[in-house]
Amino acid sequence: MNYFKESLLQLLGRDPTRPTEEDKSPEVKIIHFRKKGEKYDREAVQKEHADHDSKKWLRRRWITLILVNLLFVLSYALDIQLLEGALTASRFFGFHMADLNSALQVTLAYKHMLINLVIGTATIFILWFLLGGRTFCSWVCPYHILSEWTEWLHLKFVEKGWVKDHDFHRGTRTVLYFIFALLAFFTGYTVYEAISPTGIVSRALIYGPGLILLWVGFILLIELLYSRRFWCRYACPIGLTYGLVGQISPLRVIYTVDNCHHEGECRKVCLVPHVLDTVIKGKATDTEVPIGADCTRCGLCIDACPTNSLKYNFKGLNKLL
Amino acid sequence: MSKKKLSKPLAEKARRRFLRSLGLGAAVIGSSLVGFYPVLTQSAPRLRPPGALKEQEYLASCIKCGQCVQVCPVEAILLGDLEDGMGAGAAHIDARVQGCDFSCDGLQCVLACPTGALSHDTDYPHQIHIGVARIDKPKLCLAMQGKGFKGKVRDPSFTGKFRYNEIDRWNPIPVRDRDFDLEICDLCVIHCPIEIRIAQCDAGKPPSGDTNQCPPQHAIELRPMVSSDGIKRLEPIILDGCVGCGACEMVCPTEPAAIVVDMESILAEG
Repeated sequence: MNYFKESLLQLLGRDPTRPTEEDKSPEVKIIHFRKKGEKYDREAVQKEHADHDSKKWLRRRWITLILVNLLFVLSYALDIQLLEGALTASRFFGFHMADLNSALQVTLAYKHMLINLVIGTATIFILWFLLGGRTFCSWVCPYHILSEWTEWLHLKFVEKGWVKDHDFHRGTRTVLYFIFALLAFFTGYTVYEAISPTGIVSRALIYGPGLILLWVGFILLIELLYSRRFWCRYACPIGLTYGLVGQISPLRVIYTVDNCHHEGECRKVCLVPHVLDTVIKGKATDTEVPIGADCTRCGLCIDACPTNSLKYNFKGLNKLL
Repeated sequence: MSKKKLSKPLAEKARRRFLRSLGLGAAVIGSSLVGFYPVLTQSAPRLRPPGALKEQEYLASCIKCGQCVQVCPVEAILLGDLEDGMGAGAAHIDARVQGCDFSCDGLQCVLACPTGALSHDTDYPHQIHIGVARIDKPKLCLAMQGKGFKGKVRDPSFTGKFRYNEIDRWNPIPVRDRDFDLEICDLCVIHCPIEIRIAQCDAGKPPSGDTNQCPPQHAIELRPMVSSDGIKRLEPIILDGCVGCGACEMVCPTEPAAIVVDMESILAEG
């Protein structure tokens, strides 16, 4: 199973495949063999985690997310015309930008594409292609941060036994993606845009709150009481759109198997833990494995890892330098 | 991938998850379809900003970014909320709160629109069709009663703005900053942006020095009424040049407004 196909199928909702022995490189086989003989020192690993406690990328990401959204808000509030519009479509110093999923919905519904929208869509495509696709989700989407805070509370509730977490099939998002695309095309209305928490929260921040925030509150309530991060994981078509961009993006998280303890802390903090299937002992197909397209490049796993086995990587940049 | 038969509890778990996922999908799609209700029943009809395409095309193409909101000098443009359904986040105008007075001259909202929901084929104010004004409450109309108007327009909560060329060529000011003293009320006519433009053109000073800005048709005029009681009454007559900007509805001093703007989309359906 090659990386491209595996990454794409996981993005669309299939469970990770168990790599066969033929899939693995001779080098990684040596490492796996070596690790088989090693004893897992639970206490030492726990201590390593306790000493590590890093929030470097979390801090950077939250600051970025807040700054980007604040830039939208201040541009309008102070009339400085830096970043006009909302996340669905905007102008940065007069240069058009358009959210890829919003642009897709409008194009399918309206069946025309104005040059401004073409420019805006191309700009945003190139931007997120360079930055990793679903990077949009964790570094920019204002719903994401609300959802992250709700998730923190949800996990507390689960710990206390007040609520139970329910998962869904990840393919649900792919099915919804096609249904929303078909609805836009056949009804001529941008159906998803009407319920998109990303657009709703972005507009509420910039133009003031409305009753429609009740819908966002309702989704958050379900995430709190019923299913961890269900909107981002199983429903949001924006995530799939940017995931497809991330599929071909050079910026991703890369896993180095050598020093990994395989304790699985990274998978616990991950929004999309299936992409980290490769960190399970014996599963890595090479000494270095790039993490798949569904990864939001949020860096929580990088923060969680005490052995530096997970890192950001820009494909080809190391060779260039 | 090897197909192993799942153990009974695992199979049950998978079955439950499948049903849950089906439920989730149906709930998300179902919720999104609720948005069709206000659109199909027209429970919240809206005036759209200048240059807006036909209602259905408009809602198809509006990307809900609010760039038109940001450029409007009189802040006439609002965004739809929950009650607008599919129109949530799409731009509209509430003429009574703030009409479009074209004080931007160049139809800035149209220029700002990234998708062409506000059609870029629109260049001049007289080309737009937001709606058409209509005398909704003739009995309230001061001119039709032969009455004048003195003082400030509407109640203190009214925040509407208008650009008065004779006061400030560039900046709109609150309408309530002005005191009027009219022998017979003609507020709707003196605030009509189309009539103002025609007057400028007639005086040889078209807006921005561009004769293309001159509207070809009048929008509103006051005509003397025949009355038996000897009182001099005037009736506002809406003419073909009316674009539905809503300035007249905004400044109409009666409560409710004697003159209102009807939506183009509803007019089209008769």
